Amino acid sequence: MKRRDFLAATAASALPLACRRKPEFSFPGELMGPDLPLGHWVRGGIFPDPGCFEPVSVLIVGGGVAGLSAAWRLAGAGLDDFQVLELEAAPGGTSRSAQNHVSPYPWAAHYLPVPDRGNHAVLRLLKECGVLEGFNAKGDPLFAEEATVRAPEERLFAYGQWWEGLYLRAGSSTEDERQYHTFFAEVDRWAAFKDTKGRPAFSIPRSRCSDAPEARALDSLSFATWLEARGLDSPRLRWLLDYACRDDYGSRLETTSAWAGLFYFAARKQGPGEDSRPLLTWPQGNGFFIDHLRQASGERLHCGVMATAIRPDGKDLLVTAWDVPNQRRLGFRAQRVIFAGPQHVARHVIEGFSAARPASTRIRNAPWLVANLTLRARPPEAGFPLAWDNVLRDSEALGYVVATHQSLRDHGPTIWTWYRPFAGPDCDAERARLRAMDWPACARMVMDDLRPAHPDLEKLVTRLDVMRWGHAMVRPAPGLLWDPEFLALTLPFGGIHFAHTELSGLALFEEAQDHGLRAAEEVLAALSHGGGSWR
Amino acid sequence: MSEPIEQSQPALKAPLLFISVLLIASCGLIYELVAGTLSSYLLGDSVTQFSTVIGVYLSAMGLGSWLSKFLNRGLARRFVDLELAVALVGGFSAPILFQAFAHTHAFRVVLYSVVMAVGTLVGLEIPILMRILKDQVRFKDLVAGVLTLDYIGALFASLLFPLLLMPKLGLVRTSLLFGLLNAAVGLWSTHLLKSQLGVTTWIRFRCLAVMALLALGLAFAGKFTLAVEEEIFADEIVYARDSDYQRIVLTRGRGSFQLFLNGNLQFSSADEYRYHEALVHPAFGLRPDAKRVLVCGGGDGLAVREVLKHPSVQEVVLVDLDPAMTDMASKQPMVRLLNGAALDDPRVKVINADAMVWLQETSGAPFDLAFVDFPDPNTYALGKLYTSRFYRLLQRRLTEDGMITVQSTSPLMARQSFWCITATMEASGLKVRPFHLAVPSFGVWGFALASKHDFEVPSRVLPGLRHLSDEATAAMFAFPKDMDRVPTEVNRLDNQVLVHLYAREWRRWS
Repeated sequence: MKRRDFLAATAASALPLACRRKPEFSFPGELMGPDLPLGHWVRGGIFPDPGCFEPVSVLIVGGGVAGLSAAWRLAGAGLDDFQVLELEAAPGGTSRSAQNHVSPYPWAAHYLPVPDRGNHAVLRLLKECGVLEGFNAKGDPLFAEEATVRAPEERLFAYGQWWEGLYLRAGSSTEDERQYHTFFAEVDRWAAFKDTKGRPAFSIPRSRCSDAPEARALDSLSFATWLEARGLDSPRLRWLLDYACRDDYGSRLETTSAWAGLFYFAARKQGPGEDSRPLLTWPQGNGFFIDHLRQASGERLHCGVMATAIRPDGKDLLVTAWDVPNQRRLGFRAQRVIFAGPQHVARHVIEGFSAARPASTRIRNAPWLVANLTLRARPPEAGFPLAWDNVLRDSEALGYVVATHQSLRDHGPTIWTWYRPFAGPDCDAERARLRAMDWPACARMVMDDLRPAHPDLEKLVTRLDVMRWGHAMVRPAPGLLWDPEFLALTLPFGGIHFAHTELSGLALFEEAQDHGLRAAEEVLAALSHGGGSWR
Repeated sequence: MSEPIEQSQPALKAPLLFISVLLIASCGLIYELVAGTLSSYLLGDSVTQFSTVIGVYLSAMGLGSWLSKFLNRGLARRFVDLELAVALVGGFSAPILFQAFAHTHAFRVVLYSVVMAVGTLVGLEIPILMRILKDQVRFKDLVAGVLTLDYIGALFASLLFPLLLMPKLGLVRTSLLFGLLNAAVGLWSTHLLKSQLGVTTWIRFRCLAVMALLALGLAFAGKFTLAVEEEIFADEIVYARDSDYQRIVLTRGRGSFQLFLNGNLQFSSADEYRYHEALVHPAFGLRPDAKRVLVCGGGDGLAVREVLKHPSVQEVVLVDLDPAMTDMASKQPMVRLLNGAALDDPRVKVINADAMVWLQETSGAPFDLAFVDFPDPNTYALGKLYTSRFYRLLQRRLTEDGMITVQSTSPLMARQSFWCITATMEASGLKVRPFHLAVPSFGVWGFALASKHDFEVPSRVLPGLRHLSDEATAAMFAFPKDMDRVPTEVNRLDNQVLVHLYAREWRRWS
């Protein structure tokens, strides 16, 4: 598809909207990127070489958390001869954020569990951002009060009213309670696990996790099967765990590895029998980190630039790219490339990659729909008051997060970020479904979902913007996470080093950062640019 | 039709009488719903209230049906009278019950009597109407028609009540409106049953009188709601306003007046001087030359009044969330008189903002003194104003030797909450000296005086105050055993322990 055709097609698809007499909704809104046609354009295109190839030591392809973290690491080591190419108009990937007259707000990832004292990379970043305030007498890190999620953190809508917390205690039977405790005793058991080398079974990032056979064995079954084997069939418990799978992995109990299911809970424990780690958040969600990390790249970050081909040339790599805003071809001659994009893009861009790395096709990404609703006021309601995270039990969506919660604004206008993973078993079919949705269809999905809890919400909405994420997060399907061929995808390919959260099989900020640092440190070592590890 | 209908009497308008069945059935159910809702609203425990109201009501209808056999003559006239009786008792049931709650100690007796009376009268309606119609319509058609419309009328009412009537009209207007409808059915019946009634002038006059009475009730329903609230507030309401944030009510009685926010007493003019002198003057005792003063909350202007007694003060910034509150404090004559028009003083600057958001997002010259006078922490939105983060933000806007005083609830009635506030201020890096005094309208009340550096308790205060003297000031800092310090957690934004503590402690006293 040529760009002109694409523009014509977009204009044509907008036409029926413009002709409609009475709009279905009283509020306006926009259907936002990621730029699907542009991204898919790379697949079939033939791109002539540019006139010249600009020499650069390191070229980073991808300006999400992994790419920006790699740049942060290189700059930290004094290696300043690098460039970062980002396809989208703004950096950040799924940690992107935006701002309007009411508040900054996230477009996807919106929190980080506080790191333990062994997660040096995240602690370093938090210290730079002014969030890590010091350490207590036991050596545990202390974090700024304004960055830890303000109470009330979560509430659940069920039986026509809001309840505190996500697990519905009201009306639970003694059997429900027993199973709840049985499950969390199992989590505690795994939180206490140490292998012969002293490594925990579950830790963040997963490069710190034990590869002991008893832990790895969990990956061979689905979370649903694992629960069945323990007789854990309480509907309330299963709802909570299924919610966790949808929230963190975009999949369901049946399509999530039991290892990943336990990872979600055990890796966040402060210790066996202790509470989960508190969460850190900001009005713009993890966009807070992007605002900081992009400073390390400065002028070397180029947005709207799509790498179209990467091929070896002697000891170097030739990278061609398309500068979308300026409509021109670019070329780079790099000593090393850090490919910080997803594997399905690598298959189209890197010469010889798809034949050499068949395992790259095993990665499946769940699509997501995210909506930001700007409200002129909060709806009046009964029951437990508005929290940070507001979840509707009888819904395929995940509820909404309140952007003004952390900025302490309890009155007046606000922004709600609503999330819905397309968690059906077939990612491609789900993606096709999402791609077919226009703005009214998306808005209808959002408003229909929220109506049981907020029947009169429409009057308060001043804008509803939606983002369709085709490849929002990798799914940790059973058998993927400890598959040797999958794990080998992190190895360099020629002079190309890989950094992306999907290489962990888990879509987490910490994983993306860890891969970014690993790739950057591989490059630093290869270019004899010494220094210790930040990981 | 196979059986011919006897035409001995002049024909009644049977189909139209069926419509009155529909209307009286709706009215009957509405009275039942009004009583159930009202008793749930006033007494709580809606399951019990609805169950007992429905039970009493239905059994009274049974009683009415049984009693109907003793009425034998002049059924048409009886029916019209019955409609008027239902209209009066049912229509005025909500006002009667509100008054009973406010004035008597026997609300339940009145409640069940009213329910009983309405139920009995409603129980009489259908049997009598059926007997009027029995010669006009075949029995099987009569039973089918009357009962069908009776039940469908109930459906109308049960849908209308929650969806339209309660939200749009409220209880008092709903019950009066349906009383009016009942009386209208009575009036209409005089037309439909004319052939059986004979002369209708007098009975029509009665219908119109009952309708006028109910219409009058409707016209004054707004005033009445306020009057009911007055009974609950015990004194005359002189000002009431729903702002975007709270309900502000000012009452007057027994030689003083009181301010309520969302029904919680904020001050009584009889003893507020004790509270506001204690809030303001001890800090001034330690910093008698303070020039810039911050007041957070305290939109009533009473703390500002005390601040302005100090000639050294050059600038006062009052940050209060609710413009309706500060507006009232500067315009309502009684409050303005009480605060000495403090908010109009040229040294005073009023800012309407959430104090915590204001502290976080603005900067400016530091303050010598800050007075923190928020409502007690009974919601998360208020609880955040008592967190370590708040006190850190406040310290950023304070001079190096600046002082803070925080109203910190009752150390007697909410002992842990009181000491939690002290512990939280300490965790934010402040040195804290808590103190307390008696404010009769509130009970024993507590404050926390604090500074970035250690300090001695004040031993001097401004001369000429009504309550505080040098000796009385020093004495406030001693805590008797039943109010002495207890260990507590620190109230942080991410745990808000104070909201839970406060709710638990005050539940014992309410």
